[in-house]
Amino acid sequence: MGEMREITYRDAVREAMCEEMRRDENVFFMGEDIGVYCGAFGVSKGMIQEFGEERVRETPISETAFVGAGIGAAVTGMRPIVELMFSDFMAVCYDQIINQAAKMHFMFAGKVRVPMVIRTPAGGGTGAAAQHSQSLEQMYCHVPGLKVVVPSTPYDAKGLLKSAIRDNNTVIFLEQKRLYKEKGLVPEEEYTIPLGKADIKRRGSDVSIITYGRTVQMSLLAAERLAKDGIEAEVLDLRTLSPLDTGAVIETARKTKRVVVVHESVQFAGFGGEIVSTIADSEAFYYLDAPIKRVGGLCCPVPFNPQLEESVFPTPEKIEAAVRSML
Amino acid sequence: MECSKEYLEENRDLCRTLMLRMMTVNKFEETAFWLFGQGLVHGTMHLGIGEEGTGIGTTAALEKGDYVLATHRGHGQAIGKGVDINAMMAEILARETGTNRGKGGSMHICDYDNGILGANGILGANGPIACGAALTIQMKKIPNRVVACFLGDGASNEGAIHESMNLAAAWKLPVLFVLVNNTYGMSTPLRKVVNDMDLTKRAIPYGMESFECDGNDVLEVYETVKRAREYALENGPALIVEHTYRTSGHSKSDGNQYRTKEEIQYWKDRSPIIRFRRLLVENGIFTETEIDEIQQQADQIVDGAVEYAKAQPQPKAENLEADVYAV
Repeated sequence: MGEMREITYRDAVREAMCEEMRRDENVFFMGEDIGVYCGAFGVSKGMIQEFGEERVRETPISETAFVGAGIGAAVTGMRPIVELMFSDFMAVCYDQIINQAAKMHFMFAGKVRVPMVIRTPAGGGTGAAAQHSQSLEQMYCHVPGLKVVVPSTPYDAKGLLKSAIRDNNTVIFLEQKRLYKEKGLVPEEEYTIPLGKADIKRRGSDVSIITYGRTVQMSLLAAERLAKDGIEAEVLDLRTLSPLDTGAVIETARKTKRVVVVHESVQFAGFGGEIVSTIADSEAFYYLDAPIKRVGGLCCPVPFNPQLEESVFPTPEKIEAAVRSML
Repeated sequence: MECSKEYLEENRDLCRTLMLRMMTVNKFEETAFWLFGQGLVHGTMHLGIGEEGTGIGTTAALEKGDYVLATHRGHGQAIGKGVDINAMMAEILARETGTNRGKGGSMHICDYDNGILGANGILGANGPIACGAALTIQMKKIPNRVVACFLGDGASNEGAIHESMNLAAAWKLPVLFVLVNNTYGMSTPLRKVVNDMDLTKRAIPYGMESFECDGNDVLEVYETVKRAREYALENGPALIVEHTYRTSGHSKSDGNQYRTKEEIQYWKDRSPIIRFRRLLVENGIFTETEIDEIQQQADQIVDGAVEYAKAQPQPKAENLEADVYAV
């Protein structure tokens, strides 16, 4: 890899969009307040100046209309990137995502493709309370026809978003709002990261922490602390939840024989259940030396008070404790 | 519509086409219903017997390149837009060579080669998608192309339709919202669920033009849609309200408990086919015998489609999961 520089997660997302819009005139971007306001999280800074109002298209506050318009544009030859200001707002336009975008390729016998990316900030930790803090990725993973991506670093965000934009399916791209200001090394030159490939963020031999999104950094912190006591944790970042890199999940479980699954979203009926099942359903099950542990969000809406909010989500301490409990 | 003998004579070919298509749809639906009774059709279907003037009159006024977003009651909309009738009957019988290869059925007929972007089982959900198809037309500057989005009086109360009308108007998209008012949403009469029965007023808050016609007068539908289409090409979206009546039940489960036999008979006597036949014969455009010949032609088309469809193979269950995502 050539020259690297440090940029934020937010900048990485913007770079991916801009590069793809320069590369392919069918790619355009629409959403609420994405023009001079630059979106609620400042992701689209400078884009309306470069690409104009036609391709950086500000919409009414009308999620059903503009997500559906993304579908209609996609099936007639465009490649829309649609920004939903908060991932919680996907509930407002659930029908267009679940009953329309996800179904069309199959239901219309492969005659149509829906190459659209829905980019949206997810997760909590911002004091935004119950309707602006959720992690709902598992709901989209459960719907055949959607791809679901949750990047944890600037490098991954850029490479995965470029692939998502080039993909011929609807991709739900769940950016982590608490990571927007985080910095990381990103190459100067162009690159993409294929969807459906997990990434080992830290190698280890004693335990596997399987995670994605905001809890990847927490898991790495926990791993550093554990390393001080000679416990080497492997941290597997799934990056794409659907399609899932089941091979990587099974391989790490086989290798370390102990697994902790971590995610911010509600633990009950969460995506972690699928990871646990993938392992339990495979030959890796015979290699396990301990029951698989889960560290997920509490089963309650995200509260407003900062101490209460903190108590809902995984922390490095909780992850560390889960690992120690199984050794 | 007051039609002069001259107008009818000048448009003799059009009249023949409209009559043949209405009779074909009618025969298609009567036959599909009969096949249903024979146990040859799986699932359900929604017939629009009595509404033939709307689907046929509207689509006849469109150009080949125009897009149509059809409804769950969309057989006439699809046949009018040029779907292959053999393939559509094969789909009704859930065969491999059906329009959707047996994966969609009556409610999801599509034919992208003929601009039929799919019939939709979710009321009003096609509105946003229609806006997106129109956005492609606008962004790619495709000349002489519009999108016709069919909906019923039932769907006219869906939020998705209101959001779509606003979006289309705000962006001046060439969308025709074709509101087929058959006065019942399934069993619920319009008067019970709206305060103002004049659905053309739905265009007013969005700054849209509206058109209105007698949906059982196929020539009036045709001429109205022609005008609306010209308007939309120049100015952006328009609402067309076409008044009609469904004499068939909502679906197989309909016991017609919500209306009287007399009411149904009143409308059967005023069906678009009966009225058009009378108009053509009284003006000497076609003789009764000539119209019977058109009926025979329609019967042959549909009988041939049934014969074709019955001979088609069932789809195979293997690799179903491989058809979910586009490559």
